[in-house]
Amino acid sequence: MQAVGLNTYLFIGAILFVAGIVCMATKRNGIGVLMGVELVLNGANLNFVAFSRYTPLGLDGQVISLFVIVLAAAEAAVALAIALNFYNNHLTIDVDRADDLRG
Amino acid sequence: MTILDVLFWVYALAAAGGAIAVVLTHNVVRMAFWLIVSLGSTAGLFFLLNADFVGTAQLLVYVGGTLVLLIFGVMLTASGPFINMRTNPGEGVLAGVIAVSLLAAIASSVCRVDWEDVSQRTAGPRGFNPQQELAERYYPPQSGSTSRAIGAALLGVRVDRDLGTARTNLSPGYLLPFEIASVHLLVVLVGAAYLARAKRRVNDRRDSEEPTGTQR
Repeated sequence: MQAVGLNTYLFIGAILFVAGIVCMATKRNGIGVLMGVELVLNGANLNFVAFSRYTPLGLDGQVISLFVIVLAAAEAAVALAIALNFYNNHLTIDVDRADDLRG
Repeated sequence: MTILDVLFWVYALAAAGGAIAVVLTHNVVRMAFWLIVSLGSTAGLFFLLNADFVGTAQLLVYVGGTLVLLIFGVMLTASGPFINMRTNPGEGVLAGVIAVSLLAAIASSVCRVDWEDVSQRTAGPRGFNPQQELAERYYPPQSGSTSRAIGAALLGVRVDRDLGTARTNLSPGYLLPFEIASVHLLVVLVGAAYLARAKRRVNDRRDSEEPTGTQR
């Protein structure tokens, strides 16, 4: 077992990122898609903080990850409002049914 | 193997396993639970990376705020058939194949880079020594706090880079992004309240438009 270093953190971040991508692509529930977005942002955050610890990026990585956390909260608020609006109008949360703009 | 290594592997397994469980489970309530496990373990990884303020913000904002918001969304929309929504097995297999290949691509490209060499080349004339960085530049481990340096950086003063140096030009801070983020949050709150407001029915609108002179 290798020592804990930058590569192990990057690998954990990669797992979070890929899980989020698959979650966004395969979930039919709109809330599930939002959870996939959160996972992707979290994987990116883990990479930023790991780089700030192990490279000369320094404190900049932590500040950027703070901005990512704040903007993720804002994104979740707006996306959840849109999902609730969609549910009120269509009485379903299935994203495959959101095809009103299909030509 | 020190206690920090043991803690790292515990948190790493919980974070990765929680993320994979979010993908694999079909029940949206259990997905929310596994997401809490994954994000909380990631906060533990932040603490292990000496990022105490970011870890605290992760716990407060993500686990305490965003996930509670998502769980409210689950409770407001999870009725009857929408709790369990399954995808086709063929699509699941295809997604698994794509996920494994994407993970292999990222992992191989990460392992191919020599990060020590990159750190030395991007460090500038002083060179880079992680232990020296930790001890001298910012958050000395005995005080264990990054919050003062992060707060000063958000106000545009980089005490972690400029303190104790003889340079006359100061390092750039984060005052403008901080202001943009604050205005962005205000706009987002107004927009979310506008989008999620209760719709008035047609009868209500007709009632309110009648000049009856009643109190609103």
